[in-house]
Amino acid sequence: MRFVDEYRDPDLARRLADAVLARASRRWTVMEVCGGQTHAILASGLDALVRERVELLHGPGCPVCVTPLETLDRAQALVERPDVTLCSFGDMLRVPGSHGDLFGARARGGDVRVVYSPLDAARLAAREPARRVVFLAVGFETTAPAVAAAARWARKQGLANFQLLVSHVRVPPALEAIASAPDRRVDAFLAAGHVCTVMGTQEYEPIAARHRMPIVATGFEPADILQGLLQAVDQLERGAAEVEIQYRRAVRPEGNPAARALLEEVFEVADRPWRGIGTLPGGGLRLRGSYAAFDAERVFPEVTGAGAAESPDCRADAVLRGILRPPECPEFGRACTPDHPLGAPMVSAEGACAAYFAYRAPEPEEDPP
Amino acid sequence: MSHAYDPERLASPSCPLPAGSDRVTLSHGAGAGASARLFDELLWPRLGSELLGARHDGAVLPVDRGRLAFTTDTFVVSPLFFPGGDIGRLAVHGTLNDLAMCGARPLALSCGLVLEEGLPLATLERIADSLGQAARAAGVPFATGDTKVVERGKGDGLFVNTAGIGAVPDGRDLRPARVQPGDAILVSGSLGCHGAAVLSVREDLGFESEIVSDTENLTGLVEDLLEAVPGAHCLRDPTRGGVGAALHEIAAVAGLEIGLDEAAVPVDEPVAAACELLGLDPLFLACEGRALVFVAESEATRALAALRAHPLGRGAVRLGQVAAGSARVVMQTRMGTRRLLPLPAGEPLPRIC
Repeated sequence: MRFVDEYRDPDLARRLADAVLARASRRWTVMEVCGGQTHAILASGLDALVRERVELLHGPGCPVCVTPLETLDRAQALVERPDVTLCSFGDMLRVPGSHGDLFGARARGGDVRVVYSPLDAARLAAREPARRVVFLAVGFETTAPAVAAAARWARKQGLANFQLLVSHVRVPPALEAIASAPDRRVDAFLAAGHVCTVMGTQEYEPIAARHRMPIVATGFEPADILQGLLQAVDQLERGAAEVEIQYRRAVRPEGNPAARALLEEVFEVADRPWRGIGTLPGGGLRLRGSYAAFDAERVFPEVTGAGAAESPDCRADAVLRGILRPPECPEFGRACTPDHPLGAPMVSAEGACAAYFAYRAPEPEEDPP
Repeated sequence: MSHAYDPERLASPSCPLPAGSDRVTLSHGAGAGASARLFDELLWPRLGSELLGARHDGAVLPVDRGRLAFTTDTFVVSPLFFPGGDIGRLAVHGTLNDLAMCGARPLALSCGLVLEEGLPLATLERIADSLGQAARAAGVPFATGDTKVVERGKGDGLFVNTAGIGAVPDGRDLRPARVQPGDAILVSGSLGCHGAAVLSVREDLGFESEIVSDTENLTGLVEDLLEAVPGAHCLRDPTRGGVGAALHEIAAVAGLEIGLDEAAVPVDEPVAAACELLGLDPLFLACEGRALVFVAESEATRALAALRAHPLGRGAVRLGQVAAGSARVVMQTRMGTRRLLPLPAGEPLPRIC
């Protein structure tokens, strides 16, 4: 497949991995931010190629995982209304709230549908005016423009029966929280290439400067990730702390101006709770006042989510901040598995704990001293 | 219940449909009247056989000495028609392939239809055509059958159950427990075509592609293979859950480690592209015309040649090897690293990002 296979070339990957090993004078700790990168790293075993000189930590970049229980419970409560059709992306429907997942709600008679695009949900609302269609809008800055486009389309059509239950989150506040942790383990970040495709890299400059950390906007294929690592390690060795772009075929420093304008029109930055981390200042997006008629929280104020307390044994906070590696958690693989997750990072396949669990190396993993 | 029937009349393609409606109604399932007409005029001409023509409560078949294989499968695919096939063709091939994986030569099929009230009779005709064509092409008769109608909203248009029996020649034993350490693992062609073809026509995904389902009857391929390699250890058709799920099952039953070579996994480019787009893994998409083959290493070359000599096995490749160890599937990645192949939690669903 063109534009994909080139970046999966094993020889190229090996050369890059060897270059990382050669460049590093000591062992560095680098966090890849995005769940898609985590998936690629573990699926190809890239962590094993560089383990001698780089410890890779999986970041909080799984939007499914960090969606608060309270939002999931609110979605459940909405589904119980006979007039509501709840739509979301497939993997969102599997995430357990306080009382089971949304597929369970469907089995109990709720109208829950998988869509591939928020625009499909808006079109459904136009097609079925008797239904109240609610789209559970989850994701980072990558997914948010499509949701904004759906909201704008719905407003243009004058749709009164289309609402968004918004739980969009922003990457930079999460990096700030990780970078400023007093017991920080992370030396450098591989920023999420697709988020940067939309937002550009300017937001990361102050974080890199304030915390003296290299940040490399990196793609998702093996060669991308290894090249991003090489750039990060090179900076660390030089004592530099710059924002760099590895994923040049998609990312511009200014991002995608059209998508950013759309986000600006529909959303505003707001404090948001992240499951497993807590409320991050500026950690998410909410609909602007001019889009209040499309905000499920404002249109159905009586429908709230209980948001049961998380298990006290879950160390998600430490895992998502890169302080604790999932296998170091006493519950990992014991009381906490993908079938019975105790908390956020184990619930979706791209969560840090679930990814570690699924792709764990067949031999006992041994870190060099 | 007995009906007079006249094969000459009923075999005529111009026979009229039940009068009064062009859709399935509850009276089509009532057991008389419209129900009998549905059978006589729509189903019999397409699915009829000597055994079915006896109009007995069941089929009576002669049995040779030896062993029988017996299997059943229920088909609920949505949509009913997809590139490369439909639920009828799939229902015949699915059961024939389950028999083939047992090393059996098929003798007879059954067909149970659950129709939803309101199903267009034209749709039923097309599917009955397809069931009949697939069975005739295989030379296997429908020996018995049943039709029920459920109220509108209580079915998804049409469900099909087929069962099949076949004779297993002496000496053939292809159960997963026979897989041995050192066995070579072969697959008869590229992966995921059926799963991707069905996804491509789901209206909620709406991507355009030229992917065609691989639904085929593997009886002939398996006969050729077993002629060349009578001592093959195990066969499996990787339907729901794909090759990934099939390998996990076999690893668990045999209590052995299955080693998979990522670089060898055959995936057609359009399927690979669709999987990239949707965030799916072709290893876990259904195949409906592929066989996984476990043979002793010393017979691997001969088995591969036998598969490739058959029109349905031209794309056969070696996927990996079985090793002693604990029951798990280990992938040798393209990058040269080793990792466990995880079993997905449920149905493959497109990811958020």
